[in-house]
Amino acid sequence: MTVYGYKLPVMSSLLLWGLLWEIVGQTGWTFFIPPLSEVLVTLFNVIGTAAFQKAMYETAYAFIAGVFFAIVIGVPVGILIGKSRLLDELILPWVNIFLSAPLTALVPVLMVLFGFGMKSIIITTTLFAIWIIILNSRAGVKQINRSLVDMARCFGASPLDAFFKVYLWAAMPEILGGIRIGVIRAVKGVIIGQLLISIVGFGALFELYSNNFMMSHFWAVLIVLFALAFSLSEFLAYLERRVSYYAASR
Amino acid sequence: MSQTNNAFDKAEPIEHESAVSVRNVSKNYGEVEALKDLSLEFPRGQLTSLLGPSGCGKTTLLKIIAGLLEPTSGEIIIEGKKVTGPGPDRSFVFQDFALLPWASVLRNVSFGLELRGVAKSEREAVAERYIKSVGLGGFEHAYPHELSGGMRQRVGLARALSVDAQVLLLDEPFSAVDEQNRRKFQEDMLELVRTENKTFIFVTHSIEEAVYVSDQIAILLPRPSRVSEIIRPTSFRGTGVDNIRRSPEYLDIVDQIWASLRNYVE
Repeated sequence: MTVYGYKLPVMSSLLLWGLLWEIVGQTGWTFFIPPLSEVLVTLFNVIGTAAFQKAMYETAYAFIAGVFFAIVIGVPVGILIGKSRLLDELILPWVNIFLSAPLTALVPVLMVLFGFGMKSIIITTTLFAIWIIILNSRAGVKQINRSLVDMARCFGASPLDAFFKVYLWAAMPEILGGIRIGVIRAVKGVIIGQLLISIVGFGALFELYSNNFMMSHFWAVLIVLFALAFSLSEFLAYLERRVSYYAASR
Repeated sequence: MSQTNNAFDKAEPIEHESAVSVRNVSKNYGEVEALKDLSLEFPRGQLTSLLGPSGCGKTTLLKIIAGLLEPTSGEIIIEGKKVTGPGPDRSFVFQDFALLPWASVLRNVSFGLELRGVAKSEREAVAERYIKSVGLGGFEHAYPHELSGGMRQRVGLARALSVDAQVLLLDEPFSAVDEQNRRKFQEDMLELVRTENKTFIFVTHSIEEAVYVSDQIAILLPRPSRVSEIIRPTSFRGTGVDNIRRSPEYLDIVDQIWASLRNYVE
């Protein structure tokens, strides 16, 4: 955007909102909103503490494991139901139901089934991410050009070769789009899991800080989480742009 | 030189063995009969065109020969063996090129050999040779989206040639290519048929193109689909690429085919 001939750098609107936050905080209008400067100071103090690093590690572990399973199960399942009419009829209704279902309500069931530990948190994360990944992979495979499929058959591709050398790549723009949305949902999943199942990781920090009215700590951790989720999403968007050159010409 | 020799060879009719035989093939889609009891012989080392109005089943027949579609009844025999699916004895050139958009020209051309498990250095050597022979030398590391339609189809052609199949199936290969490139392609086809000693089966809807490139033209008519006529041009084969369109026989055949097809054009 340009204002009076000056080109503003991207996200400069954040400065404006940050300033507003600072002003509201400085007026002491509500304890709930401490000044941004105070939050940032707390942020740098908190990052060094053992409690924060433990929380970071636990959250990252559950998150990465959850997303890993969502991708390695979701992408092949999506491609399979995209290629097989029978599997599609069997599985697609469930995918659609779970995609729109309030998964938070399922978390207590998961606790009964898988206990109160890390396992349940990872499964919750996977459940949040996997459905959109399946759906997008399926859509990606469905739009593969008929003649690319014929080409693979004509030149004697084994089913495995066709999968790894043709279908997977031809569906890659949609698959990456699904993974990006899935990852964002997984952030929700991992925090909800930590809050509901066992109080560990960032969930535990949120619980601790908000119960003790440590608002600047609370906001500091929230900013860290937002920044991580945003960077991750931007990184995946960058990967998507890397393959977009052929998305239009498949 | 070689052209006069060729003319002499073609002057007396030679009995050619068939490389591909289509025997009593029918194909139904539910109630619709796409092909009905169709039989056709494709002589070895020659180019046969399947020509007809849209909906006459020419692409269906080509896909049945490729093994991509199963006939409802009848059979395809290639070099004495019945076709049960796609095989290494045939390769295919697609109307819309069917290139891998994420792969370079080199990988696209060597893809057929890659699927057959040929070692990387070996298959790339073969691919480089064919990339040069179709006139794309220097573009080995370009990507399909960086090439024009004509150049993309040259990649498709090089891929089909590099697997060294005995039968080359071409599905309207030049219909998505501009006029000038198409003419160049047609001239190159004549050269390929002469030098490659393969059997070419060529689907087209262009009468001029079929007469220009073919040793044998099979006219297919729809409702019900059948071979109505087989035409074998004799006098202008081998007279050189520049003289074909001026040959009286060329003009006569084009007119004759148009006369039989015009009633089927809506």
